[in-house]
Formats: sequence, C-alpha cells, structure tokens
Amino acid sequence: MALTGLFLCLFLVGHLIGNLQILYADPHQFNTYALFMTSNPAIKALSYLTYLSILFHAFDGALLTYRNVKARPVGYVKNNASANSKISSRNMGILGTVILIFIVTHMMSFWAVMHFDNKMPLEKISVKSQMAPAKDYYLTQSPGEYIPVDQVAADKKEAEASRKAFYIKDRTEFIFTGADVKKADGYKDLFKVTVAFFKDPKYGLVYTILYVISMLVLGFHLYHGFASAFQSLGLNHPKYNAAIKAFGIGFSIVVPFLFAVLPVYIHFFLKTI
Amino acid sequence: MATKYININLKVWRQKDAKSKGQMETYKLNQVSTDSSFLEMLDQLNEQLINERKEPVAFDHDCREGICGMCSLYINGRAHGPDTLITTCQLHMRTFKDGETIYIEPWRSKAFPVIKDLVVDRSAFDRIQQAGGFVSVNTSGNTIDANATPINKHDADRSFEAAACIGCGACVASCKNGSAMLFVGAKVSQYALLPQGKIEAHDRVLAMVRQMDEEGFGNCTNTGACEIECPKGISLENIARMNREYLKASFS
Ligand code: HEM
Ligand code: SF4
Ligand code: FES
Repeated sequence: MALTGLFLCLFLVGHLIGNLQILYADPHQFNTYALFMTSNPAIKALSYLTYLSILFHAFDGALLTYRNVKARPVGYVKNNASANSKISSRNMGILGTVILIFIVTHMMSFWAVMHFDNKMPLEKISVKSQMAPAKDYYLTQSPGEYIPVDQVAADKKEAEASRKAFYIKDRTEFIFTGADVKKADGYKDLFKVTVAFFKDPKYGLVYTILYVISMLVLGFHLYHGFASAFQSLGLNHPKYNAAIKAFGIGFSIVVPFLFAVLPVYIHFFLKTI
Repeated sequence: MATKYININLKVWRQKDAKSKGQMETYKLNQVSTDSSFLEMLDQLNEQLINERKEPVAFDHDCREGICGMCSLYINGRAHGPDTLITTCQLHMRTFKDGETIYIEPWRSKAFPVIKDLVVDRSAFDRIQQAGGFVSVNTSGNTIDANATPINKHDADRSFEAAACIGCGACVASCKNGSAMLFVGAKVSQYALLPQGKIEAHDRVLAMVRQMDEEGFGNCTNTGACEIECPKGISLENIARMNREYLKASFS
C-alpha cells in the first residue's frame, strides 16, 4: 500500500507537470510533449509500472478494507470516532473507490482516445499569406513537411475515388496514394481533444465540475495517505514527523488544486483557437 | 469540592452468554455521587438490580487503580470513556452531567468475543505474548544481573514507556479496523530496544505478528485512534518500530 501509494504520488507530480503545459495555450508544444510521452521507451516502462501500481494499490486497498470490516462483526451502538481520528483517515476505501472510478473514466476520455481511437484528430495549422487565402495544413514530424488538408483522404479507397494525393494509415501516417509510400507522420492533436472535452457545449460544465470534485476527493485521500505511508514503512521519528506531516498536508492541497485549475481554465478562460 | 449527587440514565449491553444475542437495556440510577468512580457507579447499579432480584451486570475489574488492565468498557462511544490517559476505573462520575444518558458497551472485536454482558475474552493478547514476548535468560548458575548491562538512557526510556502497556485492549476497541498493532507494537518495542531482547528479535516480531493475524485482529491504517484512547499514552512510534523490525526480519 505504502510503496504503491508513494509511487503514485510521484506519478501525480510528473503528470501534473505535463498537464500544466496546457496553460501555455500552445497546441503544438503540448502535442509534442504528448508524442514524447507515448513514444519514449523509458516513459513507456514507467507508464506500465504506473498501471500496475494503480491495479495493485486498488486491489490491496479493497482487500485491506474488506478484512478490516470483518475484524469487527458486531459494531457499537454509540461510537464517537471523531473524538480520536480524522474523517479522511476513516474513509480511505470510499475515497479510493471514487478515485478509481475517476481514473477509469479519465483514461477512457483521454488515454484510450490517444492510444486507440481512429477518429483521433491530427494537428493542423492555418497558413495565411498576402497572396492567397488562408489554407490548412497538417503538421508533420518531419521538419519542413506540411501536408495540405484538402489533399488528404481518410483511407486508401477514398483517396483513389477522390484522386487525393495522400491517405491516412495507422491513425498518423500520411501515405502517397500512388506509390503507397509513407511521406511523414502527423501529430495527434491531444490539445484539441482536451479542449473539446471540457468545452463540450452540452457536458463541458458537468465534466469540469466532476473533475474538480474528484480532485477534492484525491486531496482528502492524500491528506491522510501521504504521512500514513511513512508510518507504514516504519519511518517515524520525532525529529521528522512534523515535517512529513506538514509536507503531506501541503502536497494534498497544492497538487489536487493545480490539477483542478486546468479544466476550470479550459472551460471558462481559454479562447478557442 | 463538595460532593454532588446526580441522577443518570444508563444504556447497558446485556448478553446472557457467548452464544446468546445481546441487546441494550435501559436503567435509571439515582443519587450517584460525583466522587464515585465509574466502576463504583456500576457497583451501585448492581446493588439496585440485586435488590430488584434481577441479574447484575457482569463487567471486568481488578486493581481499580489503573495498573492491571482488567477494566474495559466503551463509554459514550469511547474506550475507557471521555477522558484521556485513564482507565475506566480511574474515570469519575463528575465527568458526567445530571440527567445524562450514558451508553456502556463491551469492546467490539472479532478477536475479543463477548463472554457475558460487558466482559470480553482477551486471551488473544495472552497468546500473542506467548508467541514471542519473552527473553532468554541464562539460568545455569551464572545469571548476569540485568543492571550489569549498560543501556543508553534514550533506549531505556523508550523501552520503559512501551512496557507501560497494561494490555487492556482499548487500542483494539477504539480502532475502526479492530487492529492490535499498538499493543503488539508496544510489546515488540519493549524488547527490541534492549540488549537482552536482541537474541530473539528476529523470530519475535514474526511470531507475534503471525499470531496477531491468526487471532482475527484487523490491519493498521494509521488513523491514530489507539494512541489517543490508550490509557498509558503508548505512542504510534511503537507501531513504526514494529514495522521496521518486521521488514528487517522479513528480509533477513
Ligand atoms: C493517484 C492515485 C492515488 C494515490 C496517489 C494514492 C495514495 C495513497 C497513499 C499514499 C496511501 C497510504 C498508504 C499507507 O498508509 O501505507 C493510500 C492508501 C490507500 N489507498 Fe490510495 N492512492 C491513490 C489511488 C487509490 C485508488 C484508485 C484506490 C482504490 C480503491 C485507493 C485505495 C486506498 C486505500 C483503501 C488505502 C488504505 C489505507 C488506509 O486506510 O490508510 N487509492 N493511498
Ligand atoms: S497499547 Fe494502550 S490501549 Fe493498547 S492494550 Fe496497551 S495500554 Fe491498552
Ligand atoms: S481495574 Fe485495573 S486498570 Fe482498571
């Protein structure tokens, strides 16, 4: 519990630093970062460790909670638990379950789209010149290569029928229709997906509110969990206890708060580009 | 302070024996001296019940001065009642108001089954102690006086503080998980801190923790309730020390 919990705290810091780049409001900067996070082998290994940690932490937490409920088959008629313990410490199982539901839905909204959705948009730029009207191009990972959007078909069949120069294969590859040779790779536009999600005309506000509530729940989980993990590992020393506790409380407030800032910023303040 | 007398309502857990289902019963008790201890108040209730030819309430007690660990009772939702750092025998009726309703329940834990009324079977603690709470002493005629072994003051003090545990079980009773980690932590620490305890240190912590789990106690999640309710002020530091000892022993 403690090791996975603290590892997940480290993960939160990493994930937060990544997410905060949204505040630059620069789609290309963010998409480049997203590409790095999904292709770098070291990051890949780290992400598998994170998936395993979440699964183990949740499974172990459920087992722990189940066993602890069984250790008191008959409860008290009158129990004044708030006299001796904090409410967050007594509800770690419930808080964790809410976080798990959040993680699953959160991954379905972004991680699964990024990894599997065939409708994942690719990043475009609009080039304006004095001579011609604005024209949209796809950005590619090959420097200097831009592919005109009106020359790209969704697949080979459509490309042949419409005589377009390129079609898209494997979600990101621009292929020459005639030669079936890859020209370049596009950038998945995660920035656009994220903004569209929280600015969704129908549900954007609901998503934003649910996200903020989830971060509140995470805060309470960490309010107890952070310092608790040190105690579980046997790291209790009068010299350092106060510092660990203070850092834990700070962590449980600052990290969820900064996470929650982002959907609020996107929904209410970000100008659509 | 002048003696005052109060009238109180009691809601007491009554259970005929281990197999019966119990329930809360309500009693009215008048003219309770605020100078009496909580147990003396129960004595008064029992006299009243005997006079009414009813079965007196069974509850545990022995020394009645806070050193034996026999008394128990979950009073108004807290182990050993509303005050801290005392046992139930040290709790006085001046803590309660005239006309107050007082809930009295037994310790609740799978490992502490109710025997009768407010009496629970705490022999699980004995079995944990027997599993490893001892040291080897040379008895072949050249026994070394314990005081001949120098021990640094810091460790001696911490060990002494851990040894103050009276095995009452308030830690288990107040823990939302019914965990015995404070008790076992104190017992492990008491020996782990002293040179005499080093000989069995490895096996002791493993055996005591194994026995603790077998008895059906829950697992510690560091809510800290035990430390606050413990009549002897046993610190959570002892649980951390036990965790360290356990990790050390598991990997060696
Ligand atoms: C990013 C997500 C999460 C982080 C950073 C996190 C962090 C932590 C930490 C540091 C602890 C303390 C460990 C200890 O005392 O030894 C803990 C405990 C716990 N976590 Fe999580 N956790 C997360 C997600 C979850 C999820 C998804 C669940 C799902 C069920 C969960 C359930 C629990 C439970 C039941 C405990 C219990 C221990 C207790 O009651 O103190 N956590 N968590
Ligand atoms: S640790 Fe404290 S509460 Fe637990 S048995 Fe010992 S004296 Fe009682
Ligand atoms: S009766 Fe001995 S401690 Fe209360």
